[in-house]
Amino acid sequence: MQRRVIFSQKGLPYLLIAPQLVVTLVFFFWPGAQAVYMSLLQQDAFGASVQFVGLANFEYVFADEGYVDAFRRTLGFALAVTVLAMVPALWLAVMADRVLKGSTFYTTAMLVPYAIAPAVAGVLWLFMFNPSIGVLAWWLKALGVDWNPVLDGTDAMVLVVLASAWKQVAYNFLFFLAGLQAIPKSLLEAAAIDGARPLRRFWTIVFPLLSPTTFFLLVVGLVYAFFDTFGVISAVTQGGPATATETLVYKVYKDGVHNLDLGSSAAQSVVLMVIVVALTMVQFRFVERRVHYG
Amino acid sequence: MSSIAKDIVAPVVAGRGAAGPDGRRLAWFPHLVLWIGIAVTAFPLYIAFVASTLTAPDVAQAPMPVLPGGHGIDNYRKILLQGMQGTYLSPPVWQMMWNSLVMALVITAGKIVVSILSAYAIVFFSFPGRMLAFWLIFLTLMLPVEVRIMPTYEVVSDLGLINTMTGLTLPLIASATGTLLFRQFFLTIPDELVEAARIDGAGPMRFFKDVVLPLSATNIAALSVILFIYGWNQYLWPLLITTDNRLDTIVVGITKMIGTGDATTDWPQVMGTTLLAVVPPALVVVLMRRWFVKGLVDSEK
Repeated sequence: MQRRVIFSQKGLPYLLIAPQLVVTLVFFFWPGAQAVYMSLLQQDAFGASVQFVGLANFEYVFADEGYVDAFRRTLGFALAVTVLAMVPALWLAVMADRVLKGSTFYTTAMLVPYAIAPAVAGVLWLFMFNPSIGVLAWWLKALGVDWNPVLDGTDAMVLVVLASAWKQVAYNFLFFLAGLQAIPKSLLEAAAIDGARPLRRFWTIVFPLLSPTTFFLLVVGLVYAFFDTFGVISAVTQGGPATATETLVYKVYKDGVHNLDLGSSAAQSVVLMVIVVALTMVQFRFVERRVHYG
Repeated sequence: MSSIAKDIVAPVVAGRGAAGPDGRRLAWFPHLVLWIGIAVTAFPLYIAFVASTLTAPDVAQAPMPVLPGGHGIDNYRKILLQGMQGTYLSPPVWQMMWNSLVMALVITAGKIVVSILSAYAIVFFSFPGRMLAFWLIFLTLMLPVEVRIMPTYEVVSDLGLINTMTGLTLPLIASATGTLLFRQFFLTIPDELVEAARIDGAGPMRFFKDVVLPLSATNIAALSVILFIYGWNQYLWPLLITTDNRLDTIVVGITKMIGTGDATTDWPQVMGTTLLAVVPPALVVVLMRRWFVKGLVDSEK
């Protein structure tokens, strides 16, 4: 954590660390504390009356069927996005690990969606699947699929899952590829000499050796699906139709910014904080081995 | 496992190139899979490009043409210089791109300066409160904007920073990731260098400028690429902090242009703007691939 040889100035380190600490305290910890404090208060939308209500906001939030539904929906959404972004990424990474020519080209092309903002990814998919003019919506209809994400909740959910996963494949691909390149070839050759078939080699050698990467990407993927997909949902469905695609983060935003239900929004924020803390702790506690690239 | 699935997974480890266990059997197969992957990756962007070269009525007829039309230059000139016309009047897209660029650059530079200085303080000095400061910075990882939307808005509003570039950027320039990254790197600088500098009479700031900063160049470059993309792609924060559309970033601007997102939206204009929002960060990834990869992998350590 600290070096053996250090400088002895007394005031200078405080000066160096001050900018970061000021921003951290003013824009992170103060609002974070405010969220916790506000979650214990009840106030009307105009701020005219405020009273301390203890955990009533939390009771209210968890008694609200809408919130419990949103919780379940978010879990399903997060799992769908994470798995859908990991499976193709693993397959593509295994393929990219095998090619001799053009791997730089493939990798670069595959990484581009990482650069695209979630909201922008959402707009791209919204356009393709627009029920009246979208290219892919037209094909779906030609195939006899009754597709309308504007009216049908399931269709809308499928659309935001696809857009969110599409963007995240790039990230998973990169880390899987790095993990694959770190596996010593001699292991696979030894197994091949012993007569292990390719499929068996994949499941008994490659996949277990990749498991730290897989677990790491699972956690990162869940964090992404929980928090970073706000842009996708905001651009594509605004949580609708009705509440069919409303995730927890979108609901906090809607209840706070649009419905001005501050107590409930604050209590929801605190619940989200607990989720972030848990996911971050899992990430730092259990994900020890890192991958190396190139 | 079904035989189809077997056929799909089997080539996965077969070979690993010419030197691999199973030789070159099915050497074309990975290329095929990768091309399908690239096609799925590129398809939405291609469709957006085609739409941006058509007229609104062209796009509105289902299905729209699959080859580019002849209105591209005209569409791009219109949105870049005048902005979206029609039911929603946007600022010119060049202005939104400028806002995004300034925001991204200020966030990038801010995060790097702030985090390299605090990492330097934490690693090279011993002072009361050092661990506390380190943990405070570390804990910001657990407080993303999404979990403190309303109170952060209040703070920025109390400081009079709504609808300002400062309000857009300053609250985002704390960086736990950057601090952890630089701290990790500083710990690997040999003690001999520090001692030599002290014997030569160099103070800490001189040492920082002449030794630490040049040694950090690679890390700064790699982190900058990641942070630029992060900054350019901000959405929730600008959405909260700006109501004046002269400060719209391009990502926020696009979602305002969509409106209800039905057939009456002028899709060629929206798709043109969408591509303009994708090009700068995508170019950064493509042109600085090595830095980008290093930054991405390092910043998760």
